[in-house]
Amino acid sequence: MRIGVFVCHCGSNIEGTVDTTSVAAMAKGYPDVAYATDVMYSCSEPGQEAIVKAVREKGLDGVVVASCSPRMHETTFRRAVERAGLNRYMLEMANIREHVSWIGKNREANTNKAAELVLLAVEKLRRNKALFPKSFDITRRVLVIGGGVAGIQAALDCADGGLDVVLVEKTSTIGGKMAKLDKTFPTVDCSSCILGPKMVDVAQHEKIALHACAEIESVSGYVGNFEVAIRKKATYVDWSLCTGCGLCMEKCPSKKSHDAFNEGVGPTTAINIPFPQAIPKKAVIDAKSCRQFLTGKCGVCAKVCPSGAIRYEMADEVITEKVGAIVAATGFDLFDHTRYGEYGGGRYPDVITSLQYERLLSASGPTGGHVRRPSDGREPKTVVFVQCVGSRDKSVDRPYCSGFCCMYTAKQAILTRDHIPDSQSYVFYMDIRAPGKLYDEFTRRAMEEYGARYVRGRVSMIYPKGDRLLVRGADTLMGEQVEVEADLVVLAVGAQAAVGSSELAEKLRISYDKYGFFMESHPKLRPVETNTAGVYLAGACQGPKDIPSSVGQGSAAASKVLGLFAKQKLESDPQISQVDQRRCVGCGKCALTCPFGAVKMVDVRGEPKAEVVETVCQGCGICVVTCPQGAVQLDHFTDNQILAEVNALCQS
Amino acid sequence: MSQALTYAYYPGCSGLGTSREYDLSTRAVCEALGIVLADVPDWSCCGSTPAHTVDHVLSAALAARNLAKVEAMGRDTVVTPCPSCLTNLRTASHRMADDSFRERTNALLDAPCQNAVTAKSVLQIVVEDYGIERLSRKVVRPLAGLRVAAYYGCIMNRPPEVMAFDDHENPMAMDDILSALGADVRPFPLKVECCGASYGVARRDIVARLSGRLLDAAADVGADMVVAACPLCQMNLDLRQEQINSANRTSHRMPVLYYTQLMGLALGIPEERLGLDKLCVSPRKVLRAAAGRAEAAKAQGSGA
Repeated sequence: MRIGVFVCHCGSNIEGTVDTTSVAAMAKGYPDVAYATDVMYSCSEPGQEAIVKAVREKGLDGVVVASCSPRMHETTFRRAVERAGLNRYMLEMANIREHVSWIGKNREANTNKAAELVLLAVEKLRRNKALFPKSFDITRRVLVIGGGVAGIQAALDCADGGLDVVLVEKTSTIGGKMAKLDKTFPTVDCSSCILGPKMVDVAQHEKIALHACAEIESVSGYVGNFEVAIRKKATYVDWSLCTGCGLCMEKCPSKKSHDAFNEGVGPTTAINIPFPQAIPKKAVIDAKSCRQFLTGKCGVCAKVCPSGAIRYEMADEVITEKVGAIVAATGFDLFDHTRYGEYGGGRYPDVITSLQYERLLSASGPTGGHVRRPSDGREPKTVVFVQCVGSRDKSVDRPYCSGFCCMYTAKQAILTRDHIPDSQSYVFYMDIRAPGKLYDEFTRRAMEEYGARYVRGRVSMIYPKGDRLLVRGADTLMGEQVEVEADLVVLAVGAQAAVGSSELAEKLRISYDKYGFFMESHPKLRPVETNTAGVYLAGACQGPKDIPSSVGQGSAAASKVLGLFAKQKLESDPQISQVDQRRCVGCGKCALTCPFGAVKMVDVRGEPKAEVVETVCQGCGICVVTCPQGAVQLDHFTDNQILAEVNALCQS
Repeated sequence: MSQALTYAYYPGCSGLGTSREYDLSTRAVCEALGIVLADVPDWSCCGSTPAHTVDHVLSAALAARNLAKVEAMGRDTVVTPCPSCLTNLRTASHRMADDSFRERTNALLDAPCQNAVTAKSVLQIVVEDYGIERLSRKVVRPLAGLRVAAYYGCIMNRPPEVMAFDDHENPMAMDDILSALGADVRPFPLKVECCGASYGVARRDIVARLSGRLLDAAADVGADMVVAACPLCQMNLDLRQEQINSANRTSHRMPVLYYTQLMGLALGIPEERLGLDKLCVSPRKVLRAAAGRAEAAKAQGSGA
């Protein structure tokens, strides 16, 4: 075998603390090494061409590139050796950047360690085999989880691109948080007027199958061929019959149920359609407050329903869908402001959240768009907005900036003056973060044209004084304590990961950060992809996002799906497990430990034997270490290859 | 009856001086509840406010000397009524979790402190170890008709990572105790606000402003009295009430009792054992009025 070794400088990244020239010189003495050199940037075009040229001119059978993490450039170099006519698995990388030059400053020690890592790669490469991917068919359907604005955009773009879309939404209507907003920044256009048509498009699109009141139960399979179990929760209304006429809501005697759509600002009925533009516009019974469920005596909705759609005996139903790709667009939840005891969390009725205030401002809200205090219904004249409630605060484990609160607070201050011309708004802020297009201009308008008084400083305490609220805080620009007597206090609550996001991430086998937000594959270069092939992200499930970014990401995820499905067939990774059935004793331990269900037991002439399902195997190697017989081997990482590396290290 | 709750007891300097009634009522109440308090022998000052402003190690050594005495008693928990003492004892323990800090502290002591003792407030053991439910069964004279504002002061629950008890912004321990005693506990928004603390000596105007605000707020929520858990808070609100009144042009006559005194009354302990006579603003009128209201309510209830 003839091996070529290329030691990369990575500019000063590696060369700064590793003597690459002497690493290459040492490599010349390793077994089977026919050629070794150091290069300035091996990933650059001339760097790659040098590899191709050397393979051809020196007649090399394998290549070791000592450079950065294979996560960064393994694909790059595999393509390069392939261009040179070798099998792409005849490449090994030695990570002498992240594992050597970035973590130590001692040039001599670093050089030695780099040389050792190159030796390991050479020893492994000597035992490499050419591997060939298999191609397989794909299901050209996509699952979109979450019907907020990001999910809607992703679904519509995929459907317009000709794909069948399954859209799963956990509440009874799509629209998400955006549907609850009155107006949007920085244009102050009506939220439901711009979202409404998109929601209708979803309902009318023949390529979109919408499952509302549904959740993902389990996900199996792999890119191109996922099988998803969806739990359709009991709505107690036969939606194929319900016309959304709303007669049941009119007659329902349980009128004090919690109104989730209106954020609990007003009550609703036990059977309800969340809002007039709901999609699908179908009624759902809230069993927790329905008299029929609680006492067994009512049945009014069943009596009045003109189409006989009420089904009290309905149970959850689990359906399965086959899809080739998944877009997670599960959005975010709001921080629970009651964790701030000093703001009277949940104790004072006139301290409300920004989203509750949004419902008070909305014409379709419980007050018909007239701003009224929850406590006594009086119109507030002094409204205090408190920013950064549950963002940029380590003490409540929310050190990150939620990004959109500065903007929606400015919008709400503007709308307050619009609704109540003789009102005065105060905004307590830490700093104004308005980097989007026309954003800074917008916050300035709130101050300059709408007279909102911005006070830089945090609020320390809110407490009732008479029938008003005393807001005590600091003005850090004046260097003074300030007190404002307010009629209404609106807490600009930050964003946090949606409830259940970590469970969903585990079902999808994608990673999530310590706050529960889903992790993208690369924060800059692969922002809507995950490390699980075929699973993409859109919107605030990945981190707090405003509407424009969410829509942008929805479209980006859709384009990724369309790009994936543009291929006729997908190639499977050949680095998978193989069972030597002559050595297999059929104990079944590998089948039990495989996290992907890729090992199945088969009958070979009356004996149970393990068999790997190639397309499902992810090459993790757990079965290999589990097998007591050594009958399972992972291609490209066989026991012999790993032992050769260990031997090389121990003998060097 | 299972084994009696027994604790090492650290009364603190004020317990034997300015807040004698807090110490008296604490002992009486614990006796009535069957909680055994064993005084720490030869205890000394916890360091109070001045020590930690000078030197953290010296301050910790003052507290650690007392903790070491508790260790010598063979006890693992020491209770104190005074939140200031509690802060010093707990802060010392907290800092001594660092080995080098503990070494420097122990260098100042005759006998080393192992840092094996947990300091708790009497309030904490009543709520957590004795239990509100059990307490409510011991009430013989419910405080019906008595409208109270529970005032915790700024250090009973702060800093939360050191004190590790109740909510540091909206504590409920005393509210729950007083409700169990039958009192009408008003939602008091300033329960963890500062009373001005030891500025009573140096800057009376600050105390007049801060404590004045507390009395105003208590009156605003319709309370007959403020119920305190801290000797310094109690002193500022009670002893200085006339000064506060004259500085703010108010006319409060607001009794300021320790929660242990009210517990004692509800448990049927004679007044003289609770030190009610040591208060500056007498609670008698308020207590009589409350009893009258309770009678009237009862009569109305039975009449209806």
